[in-house]
Amino acid sequence: MFNYTFRWNQALKSLPQMLEGALVTMEIAILSMVIGIAIAIVLTLFRLSPLRPLRAVAAVWVEIARNTPALFQIYMVHFGLGSFGIHLTPYLSLLIGIAYNNAGYLTENFRGALTAIPETQTRAARSLGMTSLQAFRHVVMPQMLRIAFLPMTNQMVWAILMTSLGAVVAMNSDLYGVANDLNARTFRTFEIFAIAAVIFYLITKTITISARLLAARLFRY
Amino acid sequence: MFDTALTVNDLLFLARGAGMTLLVTAIAVGLGTLMGIVFGVVRYQVGPWWGAPLTFFLDIFRSIPLLIQLVLANAFVTTVLGFRVSGFTVACGVLSLYTAAYCAEIVRGGIEAVPQTVRRAARSLGMSWGQDMTHIVLPLATRVALPSWIGLALGVMKDTSLVFVVQVVELLKSTQILITRLQEPLFLLLICGLFYFLISFPIARFGGYLEKKWLAND
Amino acid sequence: MIEIENVRKSFGSLEVLKGVSLTVPKGEVLTVIGGSGSGKSTLLTCINGLEPIDSGRILVDGVEVHAKGTDLNRLRRKIGIVFQQWNAFPHLTVLENVMLAQRKVLGRSRAEAEAEAVRQLKHVGLGDKLSVYPSRLSGGQQQRMAIARALAMSPDYMLFDEVTSALDPQLVGEVLDTLRMLAAEGMTMICVTHEMKFAREVSDRVAFFHQGVIAEIAPPEELFGAPRTPELQKFLAATV
Repeated sequence: MFNYTFRWNQALKSLPQMLEGALVTMEIAILSMVIGIAIAIVLTLFRLSPLRPLRAVAAVWVEIARNTPALFQIYMVHFGLGSFGIHLTPYLSLLIGIAYNNAGYLTENFRGALTAIPETQTRAARSLGMTSLQAFRHVVMPQMLRIAFLPMTNQMVWAILMTSLGAVVAMNSDLYGVANDLNARTFRTFEIFAIAAVIFYLITKTITISARLLAARLFRY
Repeated sequence: MFDTALTVNDLLFLARGAGMTLLVTAIAVGLGTLMGIVFGVVRYQVGPWWGAPLTFFLDIFRSIPLLIQLVLANAFVTTVLGFRVSGFTVACGVLSLYTAAYCAEIVRGGIEAVPQTVRRAARSLGMSWGQDMTHIVLPLATRVALPSWIGLALGVMKDTSLVFVVQVVELLKSTQILITRLQEPLFLLLICGLFYFLISFPIARFGGYLEKKWLAND
Repeated sequence: MIEIENVRKSFGSLEVLKGVSLTVPKGEVLTVIGGSGSGKSTLLTCINGLEPIDSGRILVDGVEVHAKGTDLNRLRRKIGIVFQQWNAFPHLTVLENVMLAQRKVLGRSRAEAEAEAVRQLKHVGLGDKLSVYPSRLSGGQQQRMAIARALAMSPDYMLFDEVTSALDPQLVGEVLDTLRMLAAEGMTMICVTHEMKFAREVSDRVAFFHQGVIAEIAPPEELFGAPRTPELQKFLAATV
């Protein structure tokens, strides 16, 4: 039954290529998180706004991000925008798709974090003469980001895992894309993807462990 | 409203895809939850030290992309072991373990949320471990775990969109096949997205409602 | 000068201020006493514009607080307020707590803000806690920090809303000492309080709030010595 011969050498020769792909994967994940956090902060402000249309924009964004597959969202960016004549490169489609997803989930996380911050904090800030935006920026937001730090770490891990979905829009420079291309040329499917899996594992573990160390340094209060 | 070349047959094709999505979800969530409960209880009972190997094993499913899990499992079973197994079976197997990995964490968290004092009270009344588990821990832990579990089940439904990689044609893959043929990406994607949304949104809302209600009662 | 003219304020169907009039000249220390729910705390939050009012008007140095064109953020710089719950900003050190609004609201430089913060913190006896996070402080220390935070804005008026009510009994003294010090320095203050001994000692005048109106207002010797209304007599009998 067991007549398969592993050919690790051949697959390992492609390791440098795969590591390059891993860099692209991390680049996309980091960029998508930076964009996602920025948008999520804006959407959180929208949610708190007295203006209905702004609240609606935030609600629609969050609900679509959370209630459809990430793969669908990437398809929408790539093919959906395509039918409006906007043709994005695979890299951009993937980046925007993941950033969209991140922003939606993070907004929801921020909302949860906000409920944990007492209203009196804003009140104290306002009574010192701060504007509501200053109170949010300097008093509420830092506390919100602390509470949301762990969920943000999880989202970062998700962003790494989501980069693999780029394959459906013909992305081939990220780790999964590189592995996929190598597989098409060599057919050593198991070996190649096993190596890719190990690299993914190391990346996600590095993120969770360094996030824990960072949190200990960052939040001393 | 839409000028489309979509035929009734195409719609049936989409519906079959949707059926496949729901079928894979049901199997994965069903089996995964059963395994998850077992793993979660074991993991809690043996403690973090002896549970480390199990934790490590389950953590793998949460640390590498599902797409790679599917490709690897498929390659392992069919080419390395040489079994003739359908993509459907591989998809269900991998997704079940994937679900179990997340579910075990939810279960463990639920059990840990039951205060030790309550359990000691139960044991001091003469209840056995099993009685304590079924009459005290189960109902209390369920309150903590159910909202997360609903989130997990919906997450698994969305993640079934990846089983195309082992040649299972579910909703999103069917949509993509039609897109290639009909060249009407936006319209088709909207139908597909709407399907996911209409299932996921109300259930997610219900989960949120439960969470709020139970939090308020504590 | 703070002028309050016939102010009314309701929360839903509950009218908490039923036509309050009061004038507090510069340099005066006014304490406000009265049962819980009598509307005294609400009055303070109306003075600095945190709460809107239904009718009447409040003037601070001639500027109407609730008028449309009033820049509340500007006005609030003049009026410091300290609450029952001290509301320390938990993510900032004691020093940073006192520096933040100075920099963002008054636009002071880092060096200026820090110098002022250190001065005020030393003043309230927290000179040795500058780089500590509020979670490490006792309630009394946090409350003194909140006072320093308000004072650092160089306000002309200070409002104190039951600042000792949430404190453990043994910590009340240190906060009251800080208030006594401010009173002695000539700060214009309105203190809502339950501490009768304190009210008797520091006040120029004491106002007794009852059911949304000022039932009696007089210098402390007079108000405590010879209460005129039966409500006040009853209140004093119950608290002393």
